[in-house]
Amino acid sequence: MNQWKNFTKGFLKDNPILVLLLGMCPTLGTTTSGINGLSMGLATTFVLLGSNVFISLLKNFIPDKVRIPAFIVVIASFVTVVELVMKAYLPDLFNTLGLFIPLIVVNCIVLGRAEAFASKNNVFSSAIDGLGMGLGFSMALFLLGTIREILGSGSVLGFKFISGDGMLVFILAPGAFLALGYLIMLANQLKKKLVK
Amino acid sequence: MEYILIIISAVFISNIVLAQFLGICPFIGVSNKVETSIGMTGAVTFVIVLATVITYMVYTFVLVPLGIEFARTITFILIIAALVQLVEIILKKVSPSMYQALGIFLPLITTNCAVLGVAVLAVQKDMNLVQSTVFAFGNALGFGLALITFAGIREQLDLLNIPKPMRGAPIALIVAGMLALAFMGFAGIV
Repeated sequence: MNQWKNFTKGFLKDNPILVLLLGMCPTLGTTTSGINGLSMGLATTFVLLGSNVFISLLKNFIPDKVRIPAFIVVIASFVTVVELVMKAYLPDLFNTLGLFIPLIVVNCIVLGRAEAFASKNNVFSSAIDGLGMGLGFSMALFLLGTIREILGSGSVLGFKFISGDGMLVFILAPGAFLALGYLIMLANQLKKKLVK
Repeated sequence: MEYILIIISAVFISNIVLAQFLGICPFIGVSNKVETSIGMTGAVTFVIVLATVITYMVYTFVLVPLGIEFARTITFILIIAALVQLVEIILKKVSPSMYQALGIFLPLITTNCAVLGVAVLAVQKDMNLVQSTVFAFGNALGFGLALITFAGIREQLDLLNIPKPMRGAPIALIVAGMLALAFMGFAGIV
């Protein structure tokens, strides 16, 4: 398989959030700013990469009947690694992302890639797939986080460009739904244009 | 009174779907009809309450005395997966009609982040066993309320002429945003 295509498919064609609509909970929950979104994305990328490589290595040893629980154990181990490392070295970020770090376990993208890709392909392709999907996920989270940050607090990456508050609603829960709704609409439109 | 407050705050103020963004997948995915939403709510309520009680007990009586709290995530998800499987088997034997009704939703509950989320929250908040049970029940009710309300709105949406790029997920998310906006009105009542 063409590795470059394998890598880039996560960015637009099979983007986990904008096209496949997987992993919506962290998408909505952690994108209060661009940096938060990006950090969550990178944490998920690490888990995706680790679990994809590991599951690909183990695919001949895992009996077919218990594969889903086995995948979940692998994924949960990597999530625990992220959780402990983040708690030790980035405690502020850990507090901001909070509950959503342990919840990477139930992120549909991670289990989805394990089942659909890593359990059928070799280690190298699986690593590329995990990295590409993870970065595509991070990109969408960063985009949504930046949009919400600009509208909600009038700043880009923490640098304020207006005085006072922005439209606070975009930082709060309703804004997450609205911003993602319009973003997916734009992605749909863009994809239609590209196909034509 | 304390328990009533826990329930009210879980259902209305920090609603699990609309304020905490947990369980979005079933919220967007299976909320096309009111009827299926009610089935889903039943199954989720059952699993959330049971899972929270069991994970709470395992955490307090096994993980903490052994000093292995870091294994929380992995233990909880395994318990939830086993529990969902168990519920499926028992339900199939005891009440085939209910199994038929819930059938498709049951396996999906394992990856519903609301279940793991509530279990982790209950442990993090240092509640006692009764409080966590009530907390889990309240959150399940909140999930049901959001899901069923949303399904009711979406049934009406089908009758409207929506611009093409907005159909499907975008309009669903925008409606969810309005619903979340409405729920913000409950802030501060407790």
